[in-house]
Amino acid sequence: MAVVPADELKINDRFGPHAVFATGKRLDAGVQPDRLVKTHCCFCGQQCGIQLKVKGNEVIGFEPWEEFPVNRGMLCPKGVKRYLQGSHPDRLLHALGRDSAAPGGFSNLPYDQAIRTVAESIQNIQSEHGNSAFAVLTGASLTTEKSYLMGKFARVCLKTPYIDYNGRLCMVSAGAANKKAFGIDRAANPWSDIIGTDVVWISGANIAECAPITTDYVWQAREQGAKVIVVDPRITPIARTCDLFLPIKPGRDAALFAGVLNLMIEHDWIDHSSIEKYTVGFDKVAEGVREWTPRKTAEVTGISEKLVQQAAEWWGTAKTSFLMHARGIEHHSHGVQNCLGAINIVLASGRIGRKNCGYATITGQANGQGGREHGQKCDQLPGARDLGNPDHRKHISGVWGIDEKDLPAPGVDAYELMRKIDAGKIKGLLSICFNPVVSLPDNQFVKRCLEKLDFYVAIDFFLNDSARYADIVLPGSLQEEDEGTVTQIEGRVIKINKAVDCPGDAHQDWRIIQDIAGALGRPHGMTFDSPRAIFEELRVASKGGVADYSGITYEKIEKQFGVFWPCPSVDSNGRAIDHPGTERLFESGSWNPVAKGSGPYYFPDGKAHFIVAPYAPPTEDIDGEFPLILTTGRVVSQFLSGTQTRRIGPLVEQYPEPRIELHPKLADTLGISDRDWVTAETRRGSVTLRAQVVTTIRPDTIFIPYHWAGRKSVNQLTISAQDPISKIPEYKVCAVRLKRADSAPAYASELQPQQ
Amino acid sequence: MVPDTLNFYIDPSRCIGCQSCVQACGECDSHKGHPMIHLEYIDRARSTQTTPVVCMHCENPTCAQVCPADAIKKTADGVVQSARKPRCIACSNCVLACPFGVPKMKSDFELMMKCDMCYDRTSEGKKPMCATVCPSQALFFGTEDEIETLRPRSRPVNEFKFGRELVRTKVFMMVPVGATTEHIDVTAAMNASSSGRRVKLSILGDESTFDVMTASMFEPEGEGAIK
Repeated sequence: MAVVPADELKINDRFGPHAVFATGKRLDAGVQPDRLVKTHCCFCGQQCGIQLKVKGNEVIGFEPWEEFPVNRGMLCPKGVKRYLQGSHPDRLLHALGRDSAAPGGFSNLPYDQAIRTVAESIQNIQSEHGNSAFAVLTGASLTTEKSYLMGKFARVCLKTPYIDYNGRLCMVSAGAANKKAFGIDRAANPWSDIIGTDVVWISGANIAECAPITTDYVWQAREQGAKVIVVDPRITPIARTCDLFLPIKPGRDAALFAGVLNLMIEHDWIDHSSIEKYTVGFDKVAEGVREWTPRKTAEVTGISEKLVQQAAEWWGTAKTSFLMHARGIEHHSHGVQNCLGAINIVLASGRIGRKNCGYATITGQANGQGGREHGQKCDQLPGARDLGNPDHRKHISGVWGIDEKDLPAPGVDAYELMRKIDAGKIKGLLSICFNPVVSLPDNQFVKRCLEKLDFYVAIDFFLNDSARYADIVLPGSLQEEDEGTVTQIEGRVIKINKAVDCPGDAHQDWRIIQDIAGALGRPHGMTFDSPRAIFEELRVASKGGVADYSGITYEKIEKQFGVFWPCPSVDSNGRAIDHPGTERLFESGSWNPVAKGSGPYYFPDGKAHFIVAPYAPPTEDIDGEFPLILTTGRVVSQFLSGTQTRRIGPLVEQYPEPRIELHPKLADTLGISDRDWVTAETRRGSVTLRAQVVTTIRPDTIFIPYHWAGRKSVNQLTISAQDPISKIPEYKVCAVRLKRADSAPAYASELQPQQ
Repeated sequence: MVPDTLNFYIDPSRCIGCQSCVQACGECDSHKGHPMIHLEYIDRARSTQTTPVVCMHCENPTCAQVCPADAIKKTADGVVQSARKPRCIACSNCVLACPFGVPKMKSDFELMMKCDMCYDRTSEGKKPMCATVCPSQALFFGTEDEIETLRPRSRPVNEFKFGRELVRTKVFMMVPVGATTEHIDVTAAMNASSSGRRVKLSILGDESTFDVMTASMFEPEGEGAIK
């Protein structure tokens, strides 16, 4: 039984999160670094270039890397302070075994012994309950090499269908919609295409806080004459000075896009020639949006008719444009429909596939793009191939040297995997780069699932909140302790460079995985000696796939400041070529192994698909009992489940604890003042936090950021409803009620802000 | 010397309140661990508007004028330095006198410290730390040509009027060429009859005083202005 072995406060005492500040040689200005290592930030999908200052085996600071063309030295506060995650007192320097008698509930184990215990436990579970009784959860902050290895580890070594990743909570709605409409899942344009456009449309993306350096691209576009349209239930910093702000009611994006498309058709603001030549399915979509009159659109979306009309006119009559969206329209039980709605207004405009005519989803995690291409998704094989496709299975089985029949069938998404644990089908779990008790919705259920496991091994560099449930914790590596590639927001493959060695008994993640495979006596295909060796195999495995990396080398990445995929190694006649990569998708003449010259999109006929994207209300709409909408998101100083950022003192101080944002009109009716303790309650749970009363949010909606654990976690409240296609959870809408709390919650006197 | 072709520009309309400047300022070698920038929320209850406050490096610095110990020096290239440790008597005259609210008394050290435009970096031709990292480029360090090409919607101002006193600074503030609309309250945008409360940023006076920023520059227009 995987239960938490000690009192929460005792675990906190030993393992944190403790907030750490610069001291010693990190504070002493007289200490000169031995070297500067050019690499990238460990946090979000922008993957800003940064130089780490290294002294001995310690990262002691940073220096901007102004030559890297995407961020040109720019960084958000997380990037500035990211160096403080190294040499941290909470760092796991040994393997741990659950031991309720030990301080903090875990005792140190020799690394080899821990690996043997893991292998024996996997062996026992699989021989008793079958291979598929053991599951793997991974993450999109892993390098592409590690993502590739994890997919191979699950399918070849563990022979289990059950692997999925935390990109399930992040990128999958956009990915599914992109594949349906374009046949390929990647930002269509480089970020430089934002500058010089007539209209920038931003839907559900708090760019200033979640993709900060993209702000400069948007502002620069505006300086050159672009109108900026922002659709959001909150006036985020990017919305504050936009040209048109559409205060959408959460969960209504498909309706807005339908209303805009209807007006575009009515006023003939569409590109007939492009629609005819390069797309299919327009007529059905046109018929589907006819009912979305401005009045009906306004009623459903909560945006006035006038603003809907204005947005449609600006969008419809623009000569060039760039539409971006993020989790705001994707985290819904209709997330794929919302994204398809966005794509439909882009396709109808004909403004895609050329300079200053762009479309992109803004990836969240460091490797949100690369991590979703090479096989750690439950239904995927390397090169963005499908596990259900016989040809794809054959190709990858060949690369892996296994019989195609031994390759498992597609598995299930991360939340369904929890349900399988709950149902007793899955008995053992290995997790890496995933903190489900903070990041999954309705997390009381997730905790109960973890408690049901016969065996749980977590790999991490800190004891994350989920690892507290583990039988064995293996000490993994920080981003700066290994090398490898990630694919950033634009689809540009870039190189993470190693700055320091792992401390103590901590090991590079890929070595840990291979050590487990070795201890299991199943080393086949798991004997790489370096990330470069993994990458070389990945190049072969991805060759000929949509996400073709075969022409990319570490050297080319360095030389070109990154390489955009697809980057083939041979031309259509099989001759070796030195391909520079594909900066912009859907351009005439650009690499497209699917259409083979028949058109710009990644389908055999080369045509994009208009797909009917009907609106439906959120799974749990408001009612008399729960009369408000709860929406969740991020703050600029924290990242995801906070495993790293809740340990970095200056970032903790910037926004120490979650608050509940609400409008003064709502606050007045409930008798709530700014900074009061208030309780938000849904059908799943409740949380008591301080109020932040601001006019910058819709009065029918409250907002809570999600980076915190335990009693401060908003995911105690969120609903586990999922999109039927992408399986993304509906983090952005559920029904909630709010009241002033009688007193401060117990945790206020027990826990430090970040805990 | 700071190259005389390079200038510091602040554009609060670009600021997103991320505090990257503050966090990076604390990484500067000349005052490690002590950020010299303040990031101010103007009125968080009503707006996400923030503004970074760096030293304006006055041509004739009030802080130096009022210093009884002559501890505040301006270098030949126009950068007003932090108080000199052997001279500073921690009297806080400069703190009270600065029209921009920049110097802070660090009581731990009994010393006034303030932004020195990253003199260790700028005197070697590098950009200041804050303007290098700023992800919205609300803080910009570059040439006049660059600012004219990159920012045609606004213009740099470096003369500020406080009562009868005109203060000329090395650092420029970017102000809008025309009026602009700011979104203040979601409910205003939800109301069909209004397209948002308007706060007009207009520069008063005739052409000859156009570049002078006065206290009345942020004149609210009509009902619903920021109080």
